[in-house]
Amino acid sequence: MSAQTASAGSPASLAGAAAMTGPSAGPSVEPHTKHRTPAQRVGAVAWWVAVVAVAILTVFPLLWTLITSLKPAGDILSGATDLIPKTVTLENYERVMTEVPFARYFWNSMVLAVGGVVLNLFFGSLAGYAFAKLKFRGRRALFVTLLGSLMVPGIVTMVPSFLVLRAIPFAGGNNIVGQGGVGLLNTYWAIILPGAAGAFAVFFMRQFFASIPDELGEAARIDGASEFRIFAQVYLPLAKAGAAVLAILTFQAGWNSFMWPLIVLNVQEMWTVQVGLASFVTDYATDYGPLMAGTVITSLPVLLLFVLAQRYIIEGVSHVNAR
Amino acid sequence: MTVTTAATAPLGRAEAAPPHSPPERRRPSRQWRIQERWGWLFVALPMLLFAVFVVVPAGMALVMSFTSYSVIGDSQWLGVDNYRRLFLDPYFAIALRNTAYYTLLFVPLGIVVALATALLLNRRVRVASVFRTFFYVPVVSSTVATATIWYWLLNPQFGMINVALGWFGIDGPAWLYDSKWAMPAIVIMSVWAGFGTNMMIYLGGLQGIPPQLYEAARIDGAGWWKQLRYVVMPSLSRTTFLVSTLLVIGAFQVFDQAYVLTKGGPGNSTITLVYYIYTQGFGNLEMGYASAISFVLFAIIAVFAVINARITGRDNT
Repeated sequence: MSAQTASAGSPASLAGAAAMTGPSAGPSVEPHTKHRTPAQRVGAVAWWVAVVAVAILTVFPLLWTLITSLKPAGDILSGATDLIPKTVTLENYERVMTEVPFARYFWNSMVLAVGGVVLNLFFGSLAGYAFAKLKFRGRRALFVTLLGSLMVPGIVTMVPSFLVLRAIPFAGGNNIVGQGGVGLLNTYWAIILPGAAGAFAVFFMRQFFASIPDELGEAARIDGASEFRIFAQVYLPLAKAGAAVLAILTFQAGWNSFMWPLIVLNVQEMWTVQVGLASFVTDYATDYGPLMAGTVITSLPVLLLFVLAQRYIIEGVSHVNAR
Repeated sequence: MTVTTAATAPLGRAEAAPPHSPPERRRPSRQWRIQERWGWLFVALPMLLFAVFVVVPAGMALVMSFTSYSVIGDSQWLGVDNYRRLFLDPYFAIALRNTAYYTLLFVPLGIVVALATALLLNRRVRVASVFRTFFYVPVVSSTVATATIWYWLLNPQFGMINVALGWFGIDGPAWLYDSKWAMPAIVIMSVWAGFGTNMMIYLGGLQGIPPQLYEAARIDGAGWWKQLRYVVMPSLSRTTFLVSTLLVIGAFQVFDQAYVLTKGGPGNSTITLVYYIYTQGFGNLEMGYASAISFVLFAIIAVFAVINARITGRDNT
């Protein structure tokens, strides 16, 4: 199915389906032909109306958030529906940055998201490659366990994972048996370690390596290359595209994750932007200006990433789910 | 997945087969040992992390669900008491009912919106991909950001939604402050936030339908609706299975929105199962009891996934 997604623009695959959309169910296989029947024209207009309406519904809330965040406190409620602010101000952003340590949250989120990307790429490639290309005893059993873990809801392991982190020996004032302190709680490791070798990353990279022919490695093996060189110099460069998609998806997931950081980071200076924003909603319930400014800051990195790499994200999503 | 496995399997077997000439016989077995060593080396660290943070916790959760573990103080073996307690716990019943209500609204709505937008965008025109990007934007935002945005949109007096309803003379409800409307509001918000992903999956499925099928249907005089009913929907049954399974699994684990927006209120109308597990496990530190609830949730999800597989997948297995 992934191949079909990649060829999204191919005429043959879409010709028939195009006729299905909208009321123009006639033989409107060619949307660009100059001579159109009235029915087709009505269909085309209806299509435009529909897509623009949906696009407004999806994009407008974000736009309104941005607009609200730029209005001075006095105008937010009285001029709630003004699409163009009477006065544009950055005072809400200033308040967010000074009244709560939002810059600190931002830094924490960045460290955690980037750390997650680096480790998932590293461990995902290593293990994914081994599962796809190396033969070793226990490979199947391990891989099946890994796949099975994807079906277990995260909430099941959340309480014990918290306890495991709390009981890491020698960390956070713990003794040798992991008692007495808080372990790795309230540190970056509490987020990074449990997420470092995600089953999804391993599975994703395995699929990618499996699609590269075995002969390449065989040839290098005959030339006397070591297994690590075969991995690092033959296969890894070919998996760059897959790694890029995985990196983007991992960053997005890491940046946006909420529940786990909420559980394991209990000191404010360790909070991520998501946890910070959530507590902001509670504390500033009716102060929409700073609230919306915080939302804009929180959303900005992934939105920027999406604008820059949307092709990878969209194709990656279809690619992954098509399997 | 099946395709790639099938493609590599013959190669693997060919290599493992014993070669004919004696000098080469030793080579593969030595290579085998080398591969064995490197294979374990490559997976060792990832699998250690996987064991420590997934396998061990899963086992611990099961054991804990039979105890009164609560971080501080002694924990006692309770047998199935935690599970028995569940059935008498009124808050568990409320959480279960709320989660079921959410799922019942969210899953069908999510499917309809995803399929409708996918049908809309399943066109050959270039502009369709521009709109695909617009439609996908909500997916990129975090659930917390989405929640704050909707917190503002749903403001009973000044929020855009009630303002827009007012244009049509409709007096909008108080949404998050009204126990009847809080959950529907969270559903609408969640559909808005998540439909893009499923729309992409449906687009992939739609592009896999051979054009001849539509042509044959048209020759038989099938209109738009009949083509949708007899060509598109049957061809998409696998996709619908995937989408509905993902939606059900996600719906039963809804947490972020309820936590950020309503904290379970008003009048307990948005306490979900995961929210209840969170408050029991990390608020009241009743971790044994929280584990028991999480296993019940796991069982519910598993049962639904199986039922779903039966209903949607029966035509193509």
